[in-house]
Amino acid sequence: MDILIPAMLTIITAATPLLYAALGELITEKSGVLNLGVEGMILLGAVCGFAVVHFTGSAVLAIAAGLLGGAALSLIFALLVLGFQASQVATGLALTIFGIGLSALLGQDLVGVAYAGLPKVAIPLLADIPFIGALLFNHDMMVYGSFAMVAAVAWFLARTRAGLIVRAVGDSHDAAHAMGYPVIRIRLLATLFGGGMAGLAGAYLSLAYSPLWIENMSSGRGWIALALVVFATWRPWRAFVGAYLFGGITILQLHAQALGVGIPSQVMSMLPYLATIAVLVLISRDQNKIKLNAPACIGKPFHPSS
Amino acid sequence: MFAELVKRPEPSKTMVYLSPLLALGITLAAGVVMFQVMGVDPAAALHAFFVEPLTSAYGWAELGVKATPLMLIAVALAIGFRAGVWNIGAEGQLTLGAICGGGVALWLYRVDSLFVLPLMLICGILGGMAWAAIPAFLKTRFNTNEILTSLMLTYVATLLLSLLVYGPWRDPDGFNFPESRIFSDSATLPIIVENTRLHLGALLALALVAAVWVMLARSIIGFQVKVVGQAPAAGRYAGFSLNRVVWFCFALAGGAAGLAGIVEVSGPIGQLLPSISPGYGFTAIIVAFLGRLHPLGVVFAALLLALSYLGGESAQITLNLPLAVTGVFQGMLLFFLLACDVLIHYRIRFKFASASAASETAR
Repeated sequence: MDILIPAMLTIITAATPLLYAALGELITEKSGVLNLGVEGMILLGAVCGFAVVHFTGSAVLAIAAGLLGGAALSLIFALLVLGFQASQVATGLALTIFGIGLSALLGQDLVGVAYAGLPKVAIPLLADIPFIGALLFNHDMMVYGSFAMVAAVAWFLARTRAGLIVRAVGDSHDAAHAMGYPVIRIRLLATLFGGGMAGLAGAYLSLAYSPLWIENMSSGRGWIALALVVFATWRPWRAFVGAYLFGGITILQLHAQALGVGIPSQVMSMLPYLATIAVLVLISRDQNKIKLNAPACIGKPFHPSS
Repeated sequence: MFAELVKRPEPSKTMVYLSPLLALGITLAAGVVMFQVMGVDPAAALHAFFVEPLTSAYGWAELGVKATPLMLIAVALAIGFRAGVWNIGAEGQLTLGAICGGGVALWLYRVDSLFVLPLMLICGILGGMAWAAIPAFLKTRFNTNEILTSLMLTYVATLLLSLLVYGPWRDPDGFNFPESRIFSDSATLPIIVENTRLHLGALLALALVAAVWVMLARSIIGFQVKVVGQAPAAGRYAGFSLNRVVWFCFALAGGAAGLAGIVEVSGPIGQLLPSISPGYGFTAIIVAFLGRLHPLGVVFAALLLALSYLGGESAQITLNLPLAVTGVFQGMLLFFLLACDVLIHYRIRFKFASASAASETAR
């Protein structure tokens, strides 16, 4: 039990950024836009969040800054893809390359600066329940936020009119356009949401997961989040399960080292990436499953005149 | 809305070639703004970035050194991008090329023979191909998205190199630094211009560019690549195997990236280190697009992006600017290029012009 609780707590911290980024990308993709720049948006969110907490000391402002940083980068993506009809794949790659460079540039004076980390908010009474209290009700606000976001995104997509419109735009932009829905504007909002959520994922990394700034600190989490969306077959609750699965694999690597398992650290560090590949293979073997769930218009450009 | 995009009846040939120049111009303009914001004199910064590195013969040779891996990778990636095969894991394939070829060099470090270097190059190519074969297999057999798998494998490759260099391949006389032995003379690429670092790899890169050019223009697989990319349905009716094209694109790109990797470690680096590339595999994606996915264009684009690496180093030394500026420049260049490319298929119609014309006739 003494090892179990800390291990499970670290799984939550490892899963939270993946969850934010995957939920955001899920909405973006549901509207028919494939944004491969998640890695870049996470990094920009991370550096913006850390810079703001360093200069103002306010955690709330820092989280907001992370959100805005990610959203700002996704706005560039939206401009190119929705406005200029650029290739979504190429623009997403550009976004990642640009985000890595820009975050490194902005964060050059922040390397080596320390921050205590987001404060834990214990929920009164509930936090005192043995075992469960420590596990579920004594986290920082962003962890609670991630739980809330899963429920909110699931509710939004399945139960609201707006969610239905987003799905309609992603499944057939021509039909949605014919019905009078502003396809471009809806996709813009979905892309901004994805960017903001990726920014939150980044803010969580630099404010809570490892409260500091290093260049390229997301180390592929953006790409894992993209894989998670496929893994989840575009369903929020499955993304939640997937994020915790991957969080678990990430943490396995740390604890195996602590327990003195005689496997080199590099081999353990490969695990999340290898697991991602394995999961992708398992999911994409069944093409019907993908086709049934994937937004039909994903990655396809839309221009009202054509 | 002041302007709207109107589809051209046919793609504009002029814009295909004008767009990279336009993008470069806008990138430089954005660079001026960026330096202004950073509080650096833009003229001095741009001079340090784009002129300073080329003021000496040594600088020009360095340009060739940096352009070599970019050319090797980009010319092969361009073929894949033409066919809609998104191999973005060239960085990992480069790393595996360095590992496999470098492994030969460490294994034969006592052997003084003319055969060591060719063997290294071949093993490097095969290593890169083998790494690229994984996403190709998963794509053709299980329909797994090649973008994600090839990228995940890049992280795995980097960790594999780190594992080897920190572990079994560490130099026994190296004071415990994570570095391999320095390669013997027979495992080092010959220098082709004296007193510089310009090595034989540059000629190999130009040879590959020529070979790909011929292949694209003259061979059946080259034709299939173009058809599958531009009109997938036509390719299917013609009976072209999509899987064959996927395999071909990955094998070519993997082999070329592997060659780039072994050329880097047996040329300018001379040993295996935990990090052997400043992201050539990713920059090569920009090079391929900027070079219009054409072998000749790739040569020019590779030289330009090579200059951005040299410029970053020079600006770091003379103006104390962070090296990350290079990445920002490269990212901006690709952004503006993609934005300018809209003009190939669309033209801009300004609304206010027609509005004022309408009011003119009304009067």
